[in-house]
Amino acid sequence: MAYNMKEIVAERPSRFTSGHRMCAGCGAPPVARMILRALKPEDHAVIANATGCMEVSSFIYPYTSWTDSYIHTAFECAAATCAGAEAAYKSMKKQGKLPKDEHTKFIAFGGDGGTYDIGLQSLSGAMERGHDMTYVCYDNGAYMNTGIQRSSATPKFADTTTSPAGTVIPGKMQARKDLTEIMEAHHLPYVAQTAAYMNFKDLYEKAEKAIYTEGPTFLNVLSPCPRGWGYPTEDLMEINKLAVETCYWPLYEVENGKYKITYKPAKKLPIEEFLKPQKRFKHLFKPGNEWMIEEFQKEVDRRWEDLLKLEQISQ
Amino acid sequence: MGIRERLSGNEAAATAMKQINPDVVAAFPITPSTEIPQYFSTFVDNGMVDTEFVAVESEHSAMSACIGAEAAGARAMTATSANGLSLMWEMIYIASGMRLPIVMSLVNRAVSGPLNIHNDHSDAMGVRDSGWIMMFSETNQEAYDNLLMAHRIAENEKVLLPLMVCQDGFITSHAIENIELLEDEKVKEFVGEYHPKHYLLNKKEPIAMGPMDLQAFLFEHKYQQAEAMREAKQVILDVAKDFEKLTGRKYGLIEEYKLEDAEIAIVCMNSTAGTTKEVVDSLREKGIKAGLLKIRVFRPFPAEEIAKALSNAKAVAVLDKADSLNGVGGALFQDVAAGMYVNKNNVNLVSYIYGIGGRDTTEKEIESVFNDLIEDSKKDKIENPYRYMGLRKE
Repeated sequence: MAYNMKEIVAERPSRFTSGHRMCAGCGAPPVARMILRALKPEDHAVIANATGCMEVSSFIYPYTSWTDSYIHTAFECAAATCAGAEAAYKSMKKQGKLPKDEHTKFIAFGGDGGTYDIGLQSLSGAMERGHDMTYVCYDNGAYMNTGIQRSSATPKFADTTTSPAGTVIPGKMQARKDLTEIMEAHHLPYVAQTAAYMNFKDLYEKAEKAIYTEGPTFLNVLSPCPRGWGYPTEDLMEINKLAVETCYWPLYEVENGKYKITYKPAKKLPIEEFLKPQKRFKHLFKPGNEWMIEEFQKEVDRRWEDLLKLEQISQ
Repeated sequence: MGIRERLSGNEAAATAMKQINPDVVAAFPITPSTEIPQYFSTFVDNGMVDTEFVAVESEHSAMSACIGAEAAGARAMTATSANGLSLMWEMIYIASGMRLPIVMSLVNRAVSGPLNIHNDHSDAMGVRDSGWIMMFSETNQEAYDNLLMAHRIAENEKVLLPLMVCQDGFITSHAIENIELLEDEKVKEFVGEYHPKHYLLNKKEPIAMGPMDLQAFLFEHKYQQAEAMREAKQVILDVAKDFEKLTGRKYGLIEEYKLEDAEIAIVCMNSTAGTTKEVVDSLREKGIKAGLLKIRVFRPFPAEEIAKALSNAKAVAVLDKADSLNGVGGALFQDVAAGMYVNKNNVNLVSYIYGIGGRDTTEKEIESVFNDLIEDSKKDKIENPYRYMGLRKE
């Protein structure tokens, strides 16, 4: 479907409504809004949400921001909960217990804590079983809801409350897990990595593809956190842009095993551009810590080169 | 009337599930309940049921998927044992907190550690305060009958609580017994269709479930659960009455066996009740007034009924197939003691821990407990109420 943001926003009112209590400058609400806009207006959705920032800020009894059906159970099992609802739909549809002409889509949302870490087993199981659902990870790179603890999505050297930049250990000492590749290793029909950049085009198109591809699909969406990353709230979109333009967060999709990098920066920016505006990387810019930036750059380059190769060989 | 069969307890549970024909079954194998999802997936793959079978990767996901399915508007069932239930523990509370009438077959087994695959009740006792209705089954027939009644109870508007039907691992789950089954059509009619008021798949009325529920509301929501549990007592009896009309098999919250004039009595659950009945019979032949109180419904706990039923006894032993490791006695013992005290029944009461990790429970041992009770009934004060039955001396 051709993308025209003005038309989409005009024709499709937000299914994630205002009044939620997410922080100003948080990357997750625009992501949720845009992903739900990719639903056909006539389709109903069941949304499963892992415990996390998004859940505790959007559904505080008796108020909800979700206009579709919504279920939250626990931290680590949004995928299994969603899978159960999908199984119910399949069974009841088959038995004629639901209207024939109505369609329900199944979408799960989890942060990187609920997805990369505590919920990885539940996610892997649901994807392998082939449920017709889309799992969306809004990746803000740490356990932000409990107060910025490191996760396996936290980039190397980041200062978090459980990997503080100390005098002996300068932040998190391990590299970030590549969940998008782990999900691709499940050989799903559609896996994509995206961010709210360039008028949401990349995010919208991938969301639509993911939701309307039959079978289990996965979206990994960069969702910066002003508190955890330490940037001014109004700079959210700038941070998204720098993550993509430095190739820290490449935008790509894998459709039935075929890789496609959906945006290649004409001129890849040095990683400092992404690191500099964030307080969590402040210590990297202290004299004597140049090696950390060098190492960070090397890791970004290596992963970007790998991705370019994957795109080439999978054609 | 009825179909005469020979089935193991697991086969009986799987057969009940087949006849109930739930919309979704999500389960993960664990000894000794493994056979239930095994038999059931055969029914699914041979087109004998309409169920979607979700072969999950863990028990945590089994209960999560059951919650998702039940919330979506489906009837969801599962089966598990011991550590499987332990892994589910978080979701067990969420299922009842969300008021979802999921039905589980719990084949009781010792919870690790150390690892042991055999029967005791430590798994069930670990979830005794989780807001699930808990029914125990002496025989394969009861495991079957309790499952057939389960949905009618759990889905009742006044109740809306999940329900687990317990039976003893291996002792009944793997032992083949005579059983009387109902015809498929009769089960279908008895269980009825499930029409939840609110559910996720109702496009006309989208619903949000599982909120952040803070200081202003959680207390009241928990109170509502407590109220539902109290209401469940009468619903269980009403459903049992209908079941009796259909089958001739009568069930209460408790079963009183030769209890009316009993001077000494044993309280226990599941298969041990069968062994105890044999001992009661042989003691009665010798002129000893022994009796049995079998607990069929453990949650809601029939405290008043128990206190009343034991009002003529002079000494009572409560047999717990799980040790609470609290320095006082088993969980069932404490519930019985509290119920007796509140209802002004001052009978001498003792706790016996027995059968841990599948330790065999013999008639001889049950008889020795009755012999102890004869002595206890003569005393004003019991000095050693926390005891063990069948513990090796060396």
